[in-house]
Amino acid sequence: MTTATNIQPDYNMKVVRQFTLTTILWGIVGMSVGVLIAAQLIWPALNFDTPWLTYSRLRPLHTNAVIFAFGTSALMATSFYVVQRTCQTKLFGGPLASIVFWGWQLIILSAVITLPLGYTTSKEYAELEWPIDLLITAVWVVYAIVFFGTLTIRKTSHIYVANWFFGAFILTVAVLHIVNSLAIPLSMSSMKSYSIYSGAVDAMVQWWYGHNAVGFLLTAGFLGMMYYFVPKQANRPVYSYRLSIIHFWALIAVYIWAGPHHLHYTALPDWAQSLGMVMSIILFVPSWGGMINGIMTLSGAWHKLRTDPILRFLVVSLSFYGMSTFEGPMMAIKTVNALSHYTDWTVGHVHSGALGWVAMVTIGSLYHLVPRLFGQKGMYSVALINLHFWLATIGTVLYIVAMWISGVMQGLMWRAVNADGTLTYTFVESLEKSYPFYTIRLVGGIIFLSGMFVMAYNTYKTIAAKEGSIKPQELG
Amino acid sequence: MDFATFNGLYTLFLIIIFVALIFWAYSKKQKQSFEEMGNSILDDDLDSTEYESNSSEHTGAKK
Repeated sequence: MTTATNIQPDYNMKVVRQFTLTTILWGIVGMSVGVLIAAQLIWPALNFDTPWLTYSRLRPLHTNAVIFAFGTSALMATSFYVVQRTCQTKLFGGPLASIVFWGWQLIILSAVITLPLGYTTSKEYAELEWPIDLLITAVWVVYAIVFFGTLTIRKTSHIYVANWFFGAFILTVAVLHIVNSLAIPLSMSSMKSYSIYSGAVDAMVQWWYGHNAVGFLLTAGFLGMMYYFVPKQANRPVYSYRLSIIHFWALIAVYIWAGPHHLHYTALPDWAQSLGMVMSIILFVPSWGGMINGIMTLSGAWHKLRTDPILRFLVVSLSFYGMSTFEGPMMAIKTVNALSHYTDWTVGHVHSGALGWVAMVTIGSLYHLVPRLFGQKGMYSVALINLHFWLATIGTVLYIVAMWISGVMQGLMWRAVNADGTLTYTFVESLEKSYPFYTIRLVGGIIFLSGMFVMAYNTYKTIAAKEGSIKPQELG
Repeated sequence: MDFATFNGLYTLFLIIIFVALIFWAYSKKQKQSFEEMGNSILDDDLDSTEYESNSSEHTGAKK
């Protein structure tokens, strides 16, 4: 890793470089585990009869790795970069930023060890046990101190909109994590703990957490990324700064209510289910407001898409964002949910957001960032960025189309009844019908993952090259 | 005041705040300063990848 570059002497770019490189590393790790468990669904023998390679233990490892190792490292890299550049000041707190980096890596390593060993709270996306939860809280508080501290010592008069989204993400994730992880350990020497909530309250708290992890970590945080890197890469100001203000307040005010749509037709009171459904449908408006604001930033500069694959990544990520934020409200409608819930449709929806939006906006932003962090005028190869773009797009499309078909088919088979009221199909019949789509999904996942290796190679060549030796390139 | 009345009034209060926010954000008085904020991220020149062809396109501000 290079040390200081001569371009931005006053900024703390070391921590941004560290998080940028670990983002790529954890992306490859997390997606590889995803590919393995996708293969296990086709060939169960791939767990090799080893307890720590079973699907039930690797699936939370996959989700934790891609959300909290890949996604959150990306958010920490970009938020530390953006807050410095837009506030025109060095990160607040000196060595605290390094504590955030090493603390976060320690948390990731603890997850990599404890989840395959079977330690889990069984709360989805909050599986890590109480000692790690305490560590997350501590590191997150330091992260908040560094980020908000930097805002307070800013040299600019205003706080650029990207920082509002990053700030909402940091603040809300702290609240969500602490409230949902409240638990009483069996003993101080035991990893096992019990949640302080029970029954329907436990379910509601869990999905208030779960959906707002989507809303504030996987959406607001990455919108912060979008509001900085799309204008920068297009070299134009955001389409409407005024719309971005409305977008921010509308999005954070509505998202927090959408959680109950994960609990349709359960023991949750009907009024709460209906509230969750209505708020989820309203959520469509701020979501598309933001998406349009991002895409229209290119208005008058569409030709740049022909020559700049980084912009392609960013714009296609916004298209996937628009698609999945249309799909989400539809799936939150109770009658649609009756078909889609518990099927592969949900898995497809999640990955249209996770691969199409989160991963692709991250990849685009990192391609913008890497040359700037390592003193180059561009990435080693723009052709390889373009190759990565097509691998990512084709991989995502294969994945989500396979899951749509499989999911709707499962939903229809599970609800089919004979004239006498008995079920038409057994569960295992629907599983057999799903196998071809599981194979297509695996192929899509492998293609997407191969793009990450291309990125790692391209990044390595960019960093290894002599500083300033790479010239700016355009696609021919 | 019962709970339902309170909820109704609170919802009305939030709607008023939100509409006021829209009027504030889209008022003529704010236009200039918001455009400057939007342009602000393009003004810093400490960028290793800047090159000539990129320089004078900062005129895309909208509404």
